[in-house]
Amino acid sequence: MKIKFNRKMIGSVIAAIAIYAVIAILILTGILPRSMQSLVVKISYYVVLALSLNLIVGFLGDLSLGHAAFYAVGAYAGCAFALYSGLPLIPNFIISLLIGGISAAIIGFLISCAILKLRGDYLAIVTLAFGEFIRSIVKIIPGLGGTKGLTGVPSFDRFEGFTFGYAVVIIVIIILCNFTNSRHGRTITAIRDNAIAAESVGINIKRYKVLVFTVSSFMAGMAGVLFGFYKTSVEPADFTYNVSIEVLVMVVLGGMGSLKGSVIAAIIIVALPELLREAAAYRMLIYAIALITMMMLNSSPKFAALKAKALDRLYSVRESITAVFKRAK
Amino acid sequence: MKKLISLALCMIMALSCFAGCQGGSGNEFILGAIGPLTGTASTYGQSVRNGMQIAVDEINAAGGINGVQVKMLFEDDEADGAKAKSAYEKLMDDGMNILIGAVTSGASVALNDLTAKDGILQITPSASQIEAAQNPNSFRLCFTDPLQGVTMADYTYSTLGYKSVAIIFNQDDSYSTGMKDAFKARWTELGGTIAEEVSFAKDATDFNAQMTKIAAADADFLYMPIYAEKAAQIIITANEKGVNLPFIGGDGMDGILNYLEGDNAKLAEGLLYLTPFVATDPDEKVAAFVAEYEKRFGSTPDQFAADGYDAVYVAKLAIEKAGITSPAAIDNAALIAAMTQIQLDGLTGSLSFTAEGEPNKGAKFAKIIDGQYVAQ
Repeated sequence: MKIKFNRKMIGSVIAAIAIYAVIAILILTGILPRSMQSLVVKISYYVVLALSLNLIVGFLGDLSLGHAAFYAVGAYAGCAFALYSGLPLIPNFIISLLIGGISAAIIGFLISCAILKLRGDYLAIVTLAFGEFIRSIVKIIPGLGGTKGLTGVPSFDRFEGFTFGYAVVIIVIIILCNFTNSRHGRTITAIRDNAIAAESVGINIKRYKVLVFTVSSFMAGMAGVLFGFYKTSVEPADFTYNVSIEVLVMVVLGGMGSLKGSVIAAIIIVALPELLREAAAYRMLIYAIALITMMMLNSSPKFAALKAKALDRLYSVRESITAVFKRAK
Repeated sequence: MKKLISLALCMIMALSCFAGCQGGSGNEFILGAIGPLTGTASTYGQSVRNGMQIAVDEINAAGGINGVQVKMLFEDDEADGAKAKSAYEKLMDDGMNILIGAVTSGASVALNDLTAKDGILQITPSASQIEAAQNPNSFRLCFTDPLQGVTMADYTYSTLGYKSVAIIFNQDDSYSTGMKDAFKARWTELGGTIAEEVSFAKDATDFNAQMTKIAAADADFLYMPIYAEKAAQIIITANEKGVNLPFIGGDGMDGILNYLEGDNAKLAEGLLYLTPFVATDPDEKVAAFVAEYEKRFGSTPDQFAADGYDAVYVAKLAIEKAGITSPAAIDNAALIAAMTQIQLDGLTGSLSFTAEGEPNKGAKFAKIIDGQYVAQ
């Protein structure tokens, strides 16, 4: 993969650094309240999860309901290492992150080999079962704490948490942007759009499916380690199929195959229940209604037309302004 | 990409606007509490909240703590550790002075690290897992699972004079195995014999094999460190298999009669279990609390409500002992030091705290007599 520097990319890099700087200053000066500071960390691992699932669901077109499995493997492997290694915090985290990612990638590789022949609903059900399967397995492996899980995982303060979470998010976005724009990325979307046609031009579908599952679970594993360091404990109850569904909701809401959509949807879905805390008893009700409304608006052609119209108007305003300037010249 | 970035920036700006929404702390002590108000474990959190509310209102009506009114802020965590953290940060933004919580074990464990860093006094009303009160700043009001096992072994061996036990436990539940292991260790230490030990998996519905074994064993009683739903099924099977032993369990037995309909209710007659709170307790304080609770919330309080009620009074005693007269003068170290010097005569018994954060209190037992839970 060759990385070409162009103007757009430099702009993105500057923007990424600017966002980091703004939030970092807000945290360090204490302007951002503590609840928001901790929310930023939480958002970071959900963004990584949503992005990684989008690779499977949005780009490859396979419905996976077992993403929590890879997340769990990463969290357990990384946090077990962090607990028993006794290294200083930062090297400990970086090594744990890699261990979590690699262990999840291995499991992702094995699972994808096992389910190569399945598609659609069948695949969805099997991945769902794998999610529960992994959760039961971690309960009985000695040294992982059974139903109580691992406790006392080293933790960040909020600024470190944000820094590392942000770094992981940026790395994942860079990898995914390059991956999806590469030849492999186009191959994968070709498989999604028409598997038979793709096979007929000599694409090895199985190979690409395994590749996607492995890359995606590597990222989910890293999200798991971030989560473990944030929560300072991991237990089997953290990885129920509800988590898989929640992440799937982010991917669907953000738009399948849209990376920025996943980022935005993850931010909204994680932040919304926290911002609604003022509503007390009605919190979950409002959250659910907001979710339904967003989904309906997002999928409604009328709303899409409205959005396009608004954008059009914006463009025409811009054009008329430039036209005025041209005439003035 | 640029659009994305500008959107992210907008989000951040919007978020920081919310920063202004927090209520400034006036002149009142703020007791923050965290527990599940929604989700599958919501009954626990709601009970604790209701119990706490009664205590807070009583204290305020009587003039507050050292003349300062008390305010309770209860945040929902859905029994989820990561959500408990968000709830905790929110409470800290709101100027919390003492944390009551979290209600469930997993959430409490997830909070430990944060509360220790902040040094705030943490009192969990009901997290029974050992790790939930490990730090010097964290205390618990309820028995740990192992302590329940030890207490029951002492009571059955020394007070009731039993010498041989049969045990059935849930192998998938840390609550059950924690109680069972501690009971066994204490029981053999005392010199008792274990006639039979059988287990079942979480989703088991058929207990014929286990009860056949137990019917053949030469035991004085059947120890069941499990939750009420399974215990009810086991008692029915035990009757069919001719097991004629006294049934003895832990606090999970609370509410077992709800699972035994019609004539089956008679089978639980004589069942003895350890519990911090029995609503039918003739004790004056308990009766007053139960009457108030039923009037306000339309249901009978359970042990969680009593735990919440007592936790508020523990906080009150700690503030008084530390001699803190205004929220601005809160001194966490003094509060924590005060915790080991207080003595509360509460709904869940007379209790004090050890330096390790464990409660020092007598066990209460309840027995089912004529279809009623009766305090012993």
